[in-house]
Amino acid sequence: MPPTIGVLALQGDFHEHAVSLRALGAVAREIRKPEQLAGLDGLIIPGGESTTIARLLLAYDLHAPVRQRGAAGLPIWGTCAGAILLADDVPGLDRPPLGLLPMTVERNAYGRQVDSFETDLKAPALPPTPAGTRPPYHAIFIRAPRIRALRDGVDVLMAYEAEPVAVRYRSLLATTFHPELTPDHRWHRYFLETLVDGGVAGEAAVATEAAGGGAA
Amino acid sequence: MVVETGTQTVKSGLAEMLKGGVIMDVVTASQAVIAQEAGACAVMALERVPSDIRKHGGVARMSDPTKIREIIGAVTIPVMAKVRIGHFVEASILQALGVDYVDESEVLTPADEKLHINKWDFAVPFVCGCRDLGEALRRIAEGAAMIRTKGEAGTGNIVEAVRHMRAVQGAIRALAGMDDEELVNYAKEIGAPVELVRETKRLRRLPVVNFAAGGVATPADAALMMRLGADGVFVGSGIFKSEQPQRMADAIVRATTHYNDDQILAEVSTGLGDAMPGLNLDDLPDSERLAQRGW
Repeated sequence: MPPTIGVLALQGDFHEHAVSLRALGAVAREIRKPEQLAGLDGLIIPGGESTTIARLLLAYDLHAPVRQRGAAGLPIWGTCAGAILLADDVPGLDRPPLGLLPMTVERNAYGRQVDSFETDLKAPALPPTPAGTRPPYHAIFIRAPRIRALRDGVDVLMAYEAEPVAVRYRSLLATTFHPELTPDHRWHRYFLETLVDGGVAGEAAVATEAAGGGAA
Repeated sequence: MVVETGTQTVKSGLAEMLKGGVIMDVVTASQAVIAQEAGACAVMALERVPSDIRKHGGVARMSDPTKIREIIGAVTIPVMAKVRIGHFVEASILQALGVDYVDESEVLTPADEKLHINKWDFAVPFVCGCRDLGEALRRIAEGAAMIRTKGEAGTGNIVEAVRHMRAVQGAIRALAGMDDEELVNYAKEIGAPVELVRETKRLRRLPVVNFAAGGVATPADAALMMRLGADGVFVGSGIFKSEQPQRMADAIVRATTHYNDDQILAEVSTGLGDAMPGLNLDDLPDSERLAQRGW
């Protein structure tokens, strides 16, 4: 059965994530209310305005249930604003982030919109193409944050000018750029194959373990 | 390693990040903070909201940079600001101030009666108004990275925004039934480049993000525009000319997120006090219709 991936749809480019997921055969579900979180195999927090999404997570009673599921092992991927919200330290953000990923993130850290940029980066963590090659990854940075510090257990998957722009911590993935804005779905494939399918328990499995039994 | 800034991808990409959100007109830093608190995804920095521009008359121009700097300093969400149609120097000034998006707007008095700004010359992205598909695609051809309906700003009357959104979406649906010969002729009829008409047909939507603007005064208005296909909503006078701006701002944000949820729409529409006073468009002479500005 294809995995069901939630895309937080409070604000931002959630539609583009859903398009990428469906192109890879996954089921994408827009999440606006807490009850829609039930039965997910993974969750994506899209690009958007981190200030806005941080407020709406609280206002719509989604902050605690998303945090709790992430802590219990549900695979979650944050892109740009989503990466900011996953962090446990965001200077200047006047609402609590989800605090699931031990890193310090500085917002709008490359400047204002005129400083937004795109560039090709080496991406050794991504799976090879069917032809066996590993082409560079074209990354789009829009009012992007910078990861200023990583703490124990966080792996760097991709870097720009020696600074991390894609990191993994347990079942969490954070990218400061926007894979959903390109037709290159390799990061979505990475999320589905490595974090959702790859031995990290989905929410159903977590719930079963929590109930103390392995019976299906 | 090639690093590119100011590309169409990063310009239209910022508009993608604003989708599903509400962009609010503000005239002071404290209003900008109220807007951000309520969950606005960006603010439009102005000297006067459109309903006051209507009342005061005279020439409406770009805001004083002092005010724009104050607003930029007060919030972390993107800040937009308006320039007069065709006034590329006002646009250069806003770019130098670090404004995140420039609105080449019919709400201000046009500086050029024939030509819009060549927006490809700028690193800062532009949003422009439209009444129909042809106008939208002409603006995109000039480099606009985001489109909004014109509606009729400062009236609190949604009828023109509905007319313009239906015109755009209806034309996009009609494209689906046209063959290549008809497409070329249609492009000529609506005064739009045929390449953009083809791309719109292929995408089955505008090639850039399309917000609703001009007359949104209630949560129901915002949800109506979302259901008609808007990617998000601009609210001008509708917030700070209402009886309870904070509650109205909060309610319009909720209605924009949950535009398909009737239960939530009913809740957020309750007890908001008076919306901004509205204008009946039959009473509005042609000379005062802002949507007719722009070519």
